[in-house]
Amino acid sequence: MSGKERFPVFPSRMAQSLMKSRLKGAQTGRNLLKKKADALTIRFRQILKRIIEAKTLMGTVMKEAAFSLAEAKFTMGDFSQQILQNVNKASIKVKAKKDNVAGVQLPIFESFKDGNTPMDLTGLSRGGQQMKKLRDNYEKAIEVLIDLASLQTSFIALDEVIKITNRRVNAIEHVIIPKIENTVNYIISELDEMEREEFFRLKKVQEKNRKIKAAEDKRREELKEQGLLKEIEAPNLLADQEDSDILFK
Amino acid sequence: MSNIKGKLIAVIGDEDTVIGFLMSGSGELNKSRQPNYFIYDKNTSLAELEEAIRGFINRDDIAVLLIVQYVADMVRHVIDNHAKITPAILEIPSKEHAYDPSKDFILKRAQRMFSADDFK
Repeated sequence: MSGKERFPVFPSRMAQSLMKSRLKGAQTGRNLLKKKADALTIRFRQILKRIIEAKTLMGTVMKEAAFSLAEAKFTMGDFSQQILQNVNKASIKVKAKKDNVAGVQLPIFESFKDGNTPMDLTGLSRGGQQMKKLRDNYEKAIEVLIDLASLQTSFIALDEVIKITNRRVNAIEHVIIPKIENTVNYIISELDEMEREEFFRLKKVQEKNRKIKAAEDKRREELKEQGLLKEIEAPNLLADQEDSDILFK
Repeated sequence: MSNIKGKLIAVIGDEDTVIGFLMSGSGELNKSRQPNYFIYDKNTSLAELEEAIRGFINRDDIAVLLIVQYVADMVRHVIDNHAKITPAILEIPSKEHAYDPSKDFILKRAQRMFSADDFK
């Protein structure tokens, strides 16, 4: 990208003021976008921090959950097939809400219970307690995971938007603004040039007129000396003279 | 996007992990008796696994997709290509395999972000 780029405009006062207002607009836009990028980055860092926290939390929660599953299996024998057979309607579901950060829509997931949890297996001997614990643990795990999922989604969305915003800021700062500035400079220099030309032209005309006048005077003077030319009285414009009628005689 | 009924949580993983999540009540069979979970065992072929993941990604009633990390490693290309916001793919640790943060694509991205910041 050469630094000599400019908009194709005709150098005139109007184009100059137009370019100046465009420059101002571009600068305002850049500042606004920069602010937006800053706001997004702050949020981004917060989310990143929370993601890392949530990831470590997830590790412990999942460990606990897996352990309680092992415990339940130990007490009750293998019940996997029964569980698989009994799957019908989900009782934990996810609601998606939206959060707005500097004009960016971030999805927020929220888990909620839809209907009551199936308690089909409590009838089995002595397993009820373990099953309940197992279920609670996994519900907790799901809560953590859903939280993490919404953080992660926000992370991806924000990442994308931040990149776009930065790209725009850079484009305005390094391409559009220099281009407009170049155009303004071009118009100014061109206008100056025109002014100088005009001035020079006027001077030239004046000089020419003076020369012609001087030559004329000199000629008259010579004629007068030779007695060939009498001083003619200039006719009085104000005197009440009647013009000869041309049209209606 | 926001229907009142709410969306589902899909699980892909080894049997124990899936059973655990089903216990908590996240499992559902839809009208055509298709489950929202997929059990991976050593008999599952890679093609089946990919098929299952693609299926979940393209279903619009799934908001979050949980994948056990070592399974996710096998189909890394599918996950990396996933660019949509929903479903959110989440890698979870499994019982047998410890969680490796360096493999997680989000953390990878986070690290890249930070290292990119350091260059500034």
